Amino acid sequence: MARPGETRSSDITFPAGGVRRLLASLASWLYLAALYVFIFLPVAVLVLFSFQDGRLPVPPFNGFSLQWYEAVFADGKLMAALGNSLLVAILSSLVACLLGFLAAYALARYRLPGSALMRGLLIAPMTVSYLIIALGLLVVLNALQVPLSLWTVGIGHVVINLPLCFAIIYASMGDHHVNIERAARDLGASDIKVMALVTAPMLMPSIMAAFFLSITFSWDEFIIAFLLSRFEVTLPVEIWSMLRSGLNPKTNAIGSLVFLASIVVLVVLELALFGRSRKT
Amino acid sequence: MTASVSIRNLTRTFATFKALDDVWLDIAAGEFIVLLGPSGCGKTTLLSILGGFLTPTSGTVKIGDRDMAGVPPARRPTTTMFQDYALFPHMRLIDNVGFGLRMRGMDRASREAKAAGFLDLVGLKSSARKKPHELSGGQRQRVALARALAVDPDVLLLDEPLGALDLKLRRQMQDELKALQKRVGTTFVHVTHDQEEAMAIADRIVVMNRGRVEDFGPPSDIYMRPKSIFAAGFMGEVNFLDGRVGRVDCDTAEVETGIGPIVLPIANFTIARPQAGARVTICIRPEHFRAVDQRAVAGLSEAVVSDVSFFGTHYRCHLVPVASPEKRFVAHLPPTATIAPCDRIALSFDPAGVTALPETREA
Repeated sequence: MARPGETRSSDITFPAGGVRRLLASLASWLYLAALYVFIFLPVAVLVLFSFQDGRLPVPPFNGFSLQWYEAVFADGKLMAALGNSLLVAILSSLVACLLGFLAAYALARYRLPGSALMRGLLIAPMTVSYLIIALGLLVVLNALQVPLSLWTVGIGHVVINLPLCFAIIYASMGDHHVNIERAARDLGASDIKVMALVTAPMLMPSIMAAFFLSITFSWDEFIIAFLLSRFEVTLPVEIWSMLRSGLNPKTNAIGSLVFLASIVVLVVLELALFGRSRKT
Repeated sequence: MTASVSIRNLTRTFATFKALDDVWLDIAAGEFIVLLGPSGCGKTTLLSILGGFLTPTSGTVKIGDRDMAGVPPARRPTTTMFQDYALFPHMRLIDNVGFGLRMRGMDRASREAKAAGFLDLVGLKSSARKKPHELSGGQRQRVALARALAVDPDVLLLDEPLGALDLKLRRQMQDELKALQKRVGTTFVHVTHDQEEAMAIADRIVVMNRGRVEDFGPPSDIYMRPKSIFAAGFMGEVNFLDGRVGRVDCDTAEVETGIGPIVLPIANFTIARPQAGARVTICIRPEHFRAVDQRAVAGLSEAVVSDVSFFGTHYRCHLVPVASPEKRFVAHLPPTATIAPCDRIALSFDPAGVTALPETREA
């Protein structure tokens, strides 16, 4: 019976430490909750009032209605802007990924003169504000007499996403892939075939990550899209012009849809990335 | 297919480091050659030059009768099997093995048939639809072999292919490798630092050190009649004994050593005919020492047994000669011998198993 006695004596001292531990864990849970409330409360409010049965997206909440979503889907301009946004996001991300992959391949596999400088220059646009990039592009496009259009918005998005794509893909190009590429070359593959059939498939998880991140960045980018477009605009620009005529649950509805789209892309990214890495 | 390889005064320098220093080799078609040496001896550099991944600083490589200068890896009649196997992780085994055929423009049906044949050759036909990460190390190694052989190379280059396997699997794979090489008849050039592996599989071994070829010949020659102190030491345990050549007859020569005069057949001087007065180093393998009662070389000093351990096939003992107590010989005596520490025994060995080399101070 000596052993149960020992356990009981330790039980007596346990509650004091237990209370402190309980408090500490309670505090950290509270902190976590506060953090998430801080981040997601605005979004939650936005989503909630998109279902407002009334003309003002402010409390009190009058009741549940889908009328604003109906209005959004019936709005031809808004739907056109949504289509434009998707087009620009997908195409500019494809181009940014392709260019980023090629740059990463060159800098990771070949010893080039001034490669450190080139790496720096490729990543540098990340530190420049979108406003400066947009102004710079505007000046250049004006000088070249290129009319503003969705194409110019796409160019702007390639400029901001290329550093990201390059950085992600470059980081995943390990030396352990070198021998695999060598083997492919040894078996008769040309440089282009090595890249297309061996390197790119091996790096697919990080290429996908770069692609989907680019899409989310392009999807809700405003300043560049605003300054570099004219008649055809992307969704954030269209929303902004709606906001100028005052708050309206319709803006909440479209905002919720934008948020939903970002979540979908995020989930796809998660599945594409971690689904793959779990398999190997 | 198979081809000979001839290497002429091949040198490769990296900045100031001479990785290969004037290498000459002639490899016959269909031979299994092992490049053996410690790390940094230049064996992998030589393999990379044969594969076309490195260009030599000077010298020529011919495969068959074709000069390989400026020929990229893809257009050489060689394939390389890499140490880490370098399988394509995203492709099924059948696509891995068929990759080289695909690059040669073969249509899907015929290349899959041929790839399946090679997978069968290495015993992995049933796994054709698996991906490399589902395989064990030994299986990956077999896939890499099948992939390299599928394009019918004249020369297969193997870069420490068994290095990543555990000992038991390694011994099994080296037997398989040898059997496979005999079947396909391709010239194999295999790099390793494991001398047991080299002896087990090679038709001829190239012993390399510091960018130079130290010795080149069949395993038994290199073990029994090494042509350099380094080759003698690298191929297995050996005792070195310095001496001076005394009287030289028609077919024997006497060497005066610290443990007494030793008479050796002239044939045991592997580098040059002995000259009276020349300094030589005698190499004695542990197993060439004889048990006490089988005295084969007369007039040698006695030795004290300093320690003995039993290895099943032999006793391994350290012997300290009475005449030169600073030396310690390692001897393997038969398990039937009766010896114990502190015993005094007469030193004795079989002169046929002993090699005399010119003394080199640097080694």
